[in-house]
Amino acid sequence: MTNLLQRLLPAVQKPARYTGGEFNEIKKDPCDVRVRVAFCFPDTYEIGMSNVGMRILYGVMNEMDGVWCERVFAPWGDMEQAMRENDLPLWALESQDPVKDFDMIAFTIGYEMCYTNILNMLSLAKVPLHSKDRSGLKNIVFAGGVCAFNPEPLADFIDFFSLGEGEEITPEILSLYDRAKAEGWTKERFLEAVSKIPGIYVPSFYEHTYNEDGTLEAVTPKKGAPEVVTKRIIEDLDNAYYPTKMIVPSTEIVHDRANLEVFRGCIRGCRFCQAGFSCRPVRKKSAEVLYRQAVETLEDSGHNEITLSSLSTSDYRELKRLTDAMIPYCEDNRVSLSVPSLRADNFSRELMQKLQTLRKSGLTFAPEAGTQRLRDVINKNLTEEEILTTCANAFSGGWNNVKLYFMLGLPTETDEDVLGIAELVYKIIQSWKENASNKKRGLRVHVATAYFVPKPHTPFQWEKQITTEEYLRRCRLLKSHFYSKSIEYNYHTPDLSRLEAVMARGDRRIGPVIEEAARRGARLDGWDEYFNYQHWLDAFEACGVDADFYTVRGYGEDELLPWDMIDVGVTKTFLLRERKQAYGESVTPDCRHGCSGCGANKLLKEVRCDA
Amino acid sequence: MPRLLFEKKGSAVWISHLDLMRLFQRAFKRAGLLLTHTQGFNPRPSVSIALPLSVGVESSCELLDFDLCGDPVSDAEIRDRLNDALVDGVRVLEVYDNGRKLRDLSLLRCAVSLEYDAGVLEGAVERLKGFFAADSIVVPKRTKNGVQDQDIIPMIRQIMITLKDENTIQIEALVCCQNPTLNPMQISAAIDLHLPDLKADFASCRRIEIYDSQEMIFR
Repeated sequence: MTNLLQRLLPAVQKPARYTGGEFNEIKKDPCDVRVRVAFCFPDTYEIGMSNVGMRILYGVMNEMDGVWCERVFAPWGDMEQAMRENDLPLWALESQDPVKDFDMIAFTIGYEMCYTNILNMLSLAKVPLHSKDRSGLKNIVFAGGVCAFNPEPLADFIDFFSLGEGEEITPEILSLYDRAKAEGWTKERFLEAVSKIPGIYVPSFYEHTYNEDGTLEAVTPKKGAPEVVTKRIIEDLDNAYYPTKMIVPSTEIVHDRANLEVFRGCIRGCRFCQAGFSCRPVRKKSAEVLYRQAVETLEDSGHNEITLSSLSTSDYRELKRLTDAMIPYCEDNRVSLSVPSLRADNFSRELMQKLQTLRKSGLTFAPEAGTQRLRDVINKNLTEEEILTTCANAFSGGWNNVKLYFMLGLPTETDEDVLGIAELVYKIIQSWKENASNKKRGLRVHVATAYFVPKPHTPFQWEKQITTEEYLRRCRLLKSHFYSKSIEYNYHTPDLSRLEAVMARGDRRIGPVIEEAARRGARLDGWDEYFNYQHWLDAFEACGVDADFYTVRGYGEDELLPWDMIDVGVTKTFLLRERKQAYGESVTPDCRHGCSGCGANKLLKEVRCDA
Repeated sequence: MPRLLFEKKGSAVWISHLDLMRLFQRAFKRAGLLLTHTQGFNPRPSVSIALPLSVGVESSCELLDFDLCGDPVSDAEIRDRLNDALVDGVRVLEVYDNGRKLRDLSLLRCAVSLEYDAGVLEGAVERLKGFFAADSIVVPKRTKNGVQDQDIIPMIRQIMITLKDENTIQIEALVCCQNPTLNPMQISAAIDLHLPDLKADFASCRRIEIYDSQEMIFR
C-alpha cells in the first residue's frame, strides 16, 4: 500500500520539494548515528535551498562522526492543509522520519517575518512550542542566523541561540549533546553546560524586568550565564570548512546556481545596514582557494552558472585575479559567471564588459536616498555623478533597462529628499536620450522604494520609524512627480515593514504576539499570497501590546536595549558616534581609507582585520 | 542524434518534465560529457525527452535524445558515467544510435493500480471488465482550451483487469500515446465518474513499454 505522504503528493504544487533524493543528499544508517539533527529553514524549499549558510552547516554537521543532519522546510499552504487534514506530522527530507523523533531541532533565521513559520513548523511537527514545555533532552530547539542578534522575540520558544558564524561552534554544541545524551543528563544540566560555550545565549537564564514606562529596566543573568555573549567568527576562511559537494536540487530553486562566498564582513558602513556592521570584521579568502573551490563545485554539481557573493563583491581585493582566472574556465565550460553588487568604479565597468560576453545582465543601483545630503546621512557613498557616468556607459553599450532601489522614511528625510529621487530618475532618462546606441526598444526604469526599518546593532538602532500614513504620503508624493512612461514605480506595502520593525527591535513581550498571530493563522508572512495583516493586528490587541512602542516611539540613547547583552564586535560607543555623524550629515570613510575604530577587530586573535 | 532509454522510479517520479531536462543537463556536465548547444539568441543544451511524463507517474520506457561534442565516448561508457551522475530513481538502461523517428511512436502499455483501503469490493473486477467492454466511455479532459469531453474507448487497444491482492486491482492497458493521446489516469478518472462506488482510495500509474502502430517495441 502506498504511504500517506506519497498519496498526498499528487495533489500539491511542486511535489519534488517534499521528497528529498537530490544529488549529493547525505544519507546515513541510523544504527551508526548517535545524534540526529533536524535542520529547519523557516521558509519554503526554494528559498531555503538557496541559503549558503544552511548548505555550509549541513556539511559541517554531517562531517561529524555519529551525527546525521537532515533538512526540513516549511510546507506551502496546500501541503500544510493536506498534512493537517490527514494528520501527517512534519518530516525531514532525507529519512522522511518525523521531526518529533529527532534529538535536536535547529533553525537558521535570516528574516524577521519568518518567525510565525518557526512556530508553525513546530506545530506541524507536533513538538511543544514553548521551551518550558519540552522537558527532556529530546527535541532541544536551537537557532542561529542574523536574527539571533536580537533573539528576545523568540526567547519563549528557542532553548538556546548560537551567535555568529557556525562552522566551529556547531560541532562544539553537538559534541556536548552527544556526551549529555550518552550520560543521560537532564535538559537543565545540558543548558547550563551549553551556556558556557562562548557564543551561546540561553534565554531562560536571563531575567528581564521593565520600568513603569514600559522600557527595559534590567537583564539579570542567572546560573552563571555570562553577562554579555559575544558572537563567534571564523578567522581563517581559507582553511575553514567549505562544502564543494553541495546538494543539487532536482526542482528549480530561487538561486539555482553554484554560489561562492568571496569574503566576509563589509568595509562600507552604510548606517542603516545590519549585515554591514554585524558581520564585521572583514576577512578575506584567497583567490587561489576560491578558484579551486569554484572549479570543484562546478564539476561536482554540473551547474552552468556561478555567482561570487559577499556583501560588496567589488571590495574583494583579489577580484581581478579571481575573475581573470575564472572567465576563461567559464567560457570553456559554458558556465556563466555572475558578479552581483558591483560598484560603479572603473574596474567594475571593465569587468561588466567582459562578463557581458557570457551573458547580459541588468543594471541595478541602490542609491537608497534621492539627495546627496541624505546619502551622506546614511553614509552611502554613491554619488550622482557615479550613477550617471555608469548609466551613460551602459546606455551607449546597448543597455536600456535600469533598476533603482531607494528607502523612504530615513532619519532626517524631508520632502526635498523624496523629490530628489524623481530628479535623479529624470537625469537618468536624459542620459539615455543623449547616449543610447539603440533607441528602438525604449528605456525602462524600474524604481522601487522600501519603508525604512531600523535594525539592532546599527547606528540607526535608536531611530523612530515613520508612521505608515506618512510613508504612504511620501510614496504618493513621489509617484505624482513621475510623468514619464519609461518609469515603473513600485513601493513596498507598509504593513509588513512595520511588523518587521517590531520583530527586529522587539523584546520578550513580543513572543506572545507571534504565538497569537500564528494561532490565528499567520504563516508564510513574507509571501503576498499568505500575508494577512489583520491576524497581527488582532494578536497585538489580544496581547495588549502596542506596536508603536517598538516603531514610531524610537529608543532613548540611555535606554537599556533588548539586545544590549549581545556583542557582535562593533561597540555601542562607535554606533553612537556614527549616529552623531549622521545627524551632522558627515560621512565616515570606508575602512580601507582609514579605520574608524568600530571595535570588531578585537574579535580577531590570529589575523588582522582585512579592511 | 544518439538516444537513451531510461527509467524513472521512486521519489524521482515527482520531478516535473522541465526539471528533469535540467537534471539531465547537469548530469551530463557532472559526467564530463559536453552537450552541444542549440543555435540562437539563448543557446540551450540539446536534450529532448520524447513523451512528457506526468508528475507522479513511474516509467521504465522513457526516451531522451541528446547530442555530444568533444571526444567520442562509447555508448556503454555514456550509460555508466551518466548513471554515476544521476539521482536515485533515474537510471539509464541503454544508449544507442539511429533511434527510430519519434512520429512512429504510437502505443503505450501502462498499468493503473487502484488501492482500496477497506479491501476490494466483491465482484469489482467483473464489473470493471463489463464497464470497459462498452462501446463508448466519455470522460471530461482538461485541456488548454478548457474542459472537453473525450471518448476513451477508441484509444484503448487492449485492457486486462486483475485482482493483484485483497486491496489492489491492477488494470493493464495498451493505449494510444500519440495522435491522439490517452493519459492513462483517464482510465481511473472514468471509474471515479461512472462507477463512483468503485472509486479507489488511491490510484497510481506506470508506463511499461512503448510500441509503433504494429505493436513492435519502439526504440
